[in-house]
Amino acid sequence: MNANLIFEALRPYLLPVLFALVIVALLPLVAGYIVLVERKVMADMQVRLGPMRVGPHGLLQPIADALKLLLKEDIIPESADKFIFWVAPLISVTAAMLALSAMPIGPFFQIADLNVGLLFILGVSALGIFGIVLGGWASNSHYSLLGALRSAAQLVSYETSAGMAVVGTLLLAGTLSTRAIVQAQADYGAWFVFGAPIGFFIYLVASIAETNRAPFDMPEAESELVAGYMTEYSGFRWALYFLAEYTNMVVVSSIATTLFLGGWLRPFSGTPLFNFLDGFPSLLMLGIAGYCFYRAPKQPVQVQKLFMVAVGLLCGAVALVMAAPLLAPAGSLVASAKPGLHGAFWFLFKVSSYIYVFMWLRFTFPRYRFDQLMKLGWQFLLPLSIVNVAGIAVALTLHRGLGWPLSASFSLTTVLTLVAAAWLVRVGEKQPVGIAAEGEMAGDA
Amino acid sequence: MLDSVVFYFFATLTVISAILVITRRNVVHSAIFLATALLATAGIFLSLHAEFLFIVQIIVYTGGITVLYVFVIMLVNLDVALHQVQFNRHWLVALMLTLVLGAQVALALTLSRGSLYALPPAPVSALEPNTEQVAWSLFHTYMLPFELASVLLLVAMIGAVVMSKKRV
Repeated sequence: MNANLIFEALRPYLLPVLFALVIVALLPLVAGYIVLVERKVMADMQVRLGPMRVGPHGLLQPIADALKLLLKEDIIPESADKFIFWVAPLISVTAAMLALSAMPIGPFFQIADLNVGLLFILGVSALGIFGIVLGGWASNSHYSLLGALRSAAQLVSYETSAGMAVVGTLLLAGTLSTRAIVQAQADYGAWFVFGAPIGFFIYLVASIAETNRAPFDMPEAESELVAGYMTEYSGFRWALYFLAEYTNMVVVSSIATTLFLGGWLRPFSGTPLFNFLDGFPSLLMLGIAGYCFYRAPKQPVQVQKLFMVAVGLLCGAVALVMAAPLLAPAGSLVASAKPGLHGAFWFLFKVSSYIYVFMWLRFTFPRYRFDQLMKLGWQFLLPLSIVNVAGIAVALTLHRGLGWPLSASFSLTTVLTLVAAAWLVRVGEKQPVGIAAEGEMAGDA
Repeated sequence: MLDSVVFYFFATLTVISAILVITRRNVVHSAIFLATALLATAGIFLSLHAEFLFIVQIIVYTGGITVLYVFVIMLVNLDVALHQVQFNRHWLVALMLTLVLGAQVALALTLSRGSLYALPPAPVSALEPNTEQVAWSLFHTYMLPFELASVLLLVAMIGAVVMSKKRV
């Protein structure tokens, strides 16, 4: 076989492998910067400055943190199960990263468009629970084991609600392929969040619970369990768990974006009247660049001034790249890159907004008690999600069978589902506390 | 050729993990290898373009049942279990059964006149999407049996909850 033939045989794999490498290489960096943003947002909400020391406005903090974690002493508890202790964080990270492979980041940038894409994402990301449970067990510590058990119970409970919320939108889209789901939203002319607002709400709550984040961060509640399943982990292994956690955040945000928020579609993508929104990516990046230049002279040290200018220039370059397809003559190669570039921008923009909502909720709500968490999951969200699926099915039947307009049928079923939700809340309030306390089972064990 | 390589990779993985499942003394290790064996089987499904079976295998068996096993195992006191004599008193019966099964497989292999190369799967374009196929047969052709089975499972589930509850 000559080299040309081999190249031809490998050709279909080249681009996906390249994309996969980009994701694997960039994800730790992205996760690090999500942590920085989270600390900054938290600081802002608590009227503080947040990290300011490493780099201008703490911009290099994630890199310093990563370096620290790499150089830390690697401790394995003496009575731990060494093999499982070693392999558990890897399972979590692998599962989280694998789930990203079916995610369409723009119409061009996707590793694999699977026929069963959405099921693949849900199924593979559910494997991450192995890493948590095994890690907690292998540490041979009570805090870890209790944290792992809580985590498993929580994930299993909320996965059902999240799954049912997803089923509702699948009825609308009529397909499991992530790319086709976004295409279906373009065809409807509306994002599915408008067709299934309650489904979106259920998914939002369930996805926060699934990623073990406040107000549902029971598995790692410091005041009760030290650090939950991560108690005995330190250094790089701990960093891997952290990476898995933040990757999972990206994964659930991407699922929500693809399913409910129109994936890579621009707002009002079907209406030529709103074409001026195409300028938004460039203007946003230009704005950030301008702010960086404005802040640069106020930095205390010369190096930090230069760094700020560099960040500003980088944002300006991104703005140029975003603007180039708009300015180039129609039909040229540069102009044809527009769907890919702008699609990726809108997708990432929506994912970031979703993650911002996560942070916002985290610093707004106090932590739930474990029995409240179980009660919310099983007695409110799960029945509501079943009603929601039935409601969407009824709305689709009214639309397709009886020829009702989409808006009328969906408004009707949404109101009905809201009535069901109100009834569930009322019933839940009347219930004696004793029944809820049995949800404590996993915590007692 | 490539199909055979993929098949033998997953098949070897399945067999090795399956052997490890029954030879490990530590139950948690067995559970992990069980998960590996199930995942490798899912890989074989995928190489045959049965995407739906592939993902259902992962969701139901690996993500559901094995997690449940691990969950239960963790609550058992393993130190005691490690020193107990486990179920290997009936090795004679087991050996005979294994021999019979092995003979059957050998007979099937010799009679089928097959080669050691895996047959190539049908081209993707020739297959209808199997998610739709499964849905069609479940919710159209076999609607009544399917719903009956669901009701049966629901009854069993409620029954289990009622029986295991301390007070009703």
